[in-house]
Amino acid sequence: MHDDHHDDPHAPLAHDHPQTEFEKRVDAVQALLIEKGIITPDDVRRAVEEMDSRSPALGAKVIARAWVDPAFKGRLLANAKRAIAELGIEFTQEAALFAVENTEKVHHVVVCTLCSCYPRGLLGYPPDWYKSLNYRSRVVVDPRGVLKEFGLELDANVEVRVLDSTADMRYLVIPPRPAGTERMDEEELASLVTRDSMIGVARARTPALQ
Amino acid sequence: MTRVHDRGGWPGAGPINRAEHELSWWEKRTDALMRLMWTPERRVIRVDEMRRAIESMEPGQYEKASYYERWLHALETLLIEKGVLTREEIELKVKELDKR
Amino acid sequence: MTPRFKPGDRVRVRADSPPGHIRTPKYVQGKTGEVAGIHGAFRNPETLAYGRDGLPKQFLYVVRFDERDLWQQYRGSPRDTLLVDVYEHWLDPA
Repeated sequence: MHDDHHDDPHAPLAHDHPQTEFEKRVDAVQALLIEKGIITPDDVRRAVEEMDSRSPALGAKVIARAWVDPAFKGRLLANAKRAIAELGIEFTQEAALFAVENTEKVHHVVVCTLCSCYPRGLLGYPPDWYKSLNYRSRVVVDPRGVLKEFGLELDANVEVRVLDSTADMRYLVIPPRPAGTERMDEEELASLVTRDSMIGVARARTPALQ
Repeated sequence: MTRVHDRGGWPGAGPINRAEHELSWWEKRTDALMRLMWTPERRVIRVDEMRRAIESMEPGQYEKASYYERWLHALETLLIEKGVLTREEIELKVKELDKR
Repeated sequence: MTPRFKPGDRVRVRADSPPGHIRTPKYVQGKTGEVAGIHGAFRNPETLAYGRDGLPKQFLYVVRFDERDLWQQYRGSPRDTLLVDVYEHWLDPA
């Protein structure tokens, strides 16, 4: 969408379509904050770029490393921020970061029922459904029903463990490594790791489905 | 006391709409401006204050608003509350930009 | 400062709805669970939300609940659990 504006923070006012009320208001707030010297146009550009640089590819890289390197996985589970720093990823959010592992016995799924807390530093902006009232309402009371909607049916002997992130603790799910991936390298493995599998509403892709 | 943002187990919730949209430029900037307000150097707004401002929305408005409409509401509310901007200034600026 | 609870302790979440900003969801209030871990001590969001300093810090716990203890008509498996982060002043021994 309006990517052409990215290079032009000095003039967020050139619009090629009728502006909505909200566009006008954010333009006004931004202009005033700049006039008052609280921020610069460059700050805005960099802040947008910072989030644009965050995407599930970062999380996928972390998961792939955890799959091939059990010692790294151990460090990730023990201190996630420090472990991802080994891969050159700085988790700039002020919140703490925790990794939890999905196995054949335990399946974690993450939600924030009160707002939309999300490990943005590793996964980027949260998807619309994660922020939706229906997901926030239902996944705590009927996690299996919600997972089924996402196409994931779990056996009754699996413990479904819902994580409601109510404090400034962010949770990253390590999905199980799919079968048949023994010969794959880290990069190929990372391509199997979906955003949804790191939230816990899906499994990682299997190679056959690629 | 029922809190409109406290959604866990909220009755009547339906199927989850899994359609996703690419954030538009105003949404990204709302996100960016809010984050700039809570950087350690500025600390104009704390994330807890943003949550409180969103939760203080009138319940009907909260439910109707899109995600970044809520953020923008909180951004304006808190900047005014803290005396960084005034309501009048914002309205005036909206009009001024509108004329261009 | 030492935490009041340790992992394994049974705790009940206070049922309280004071005006203002709180981070304890209604659906766990009045429910009994088990301390699964201690995150450490953090500034209190209830006062941070109003521009104050959030001190004194509060211990923050991960509390585990059986889903069936949270929802009378829980439809999933009896194994299913829910973990939520709760500040110490919201917890009583159970």
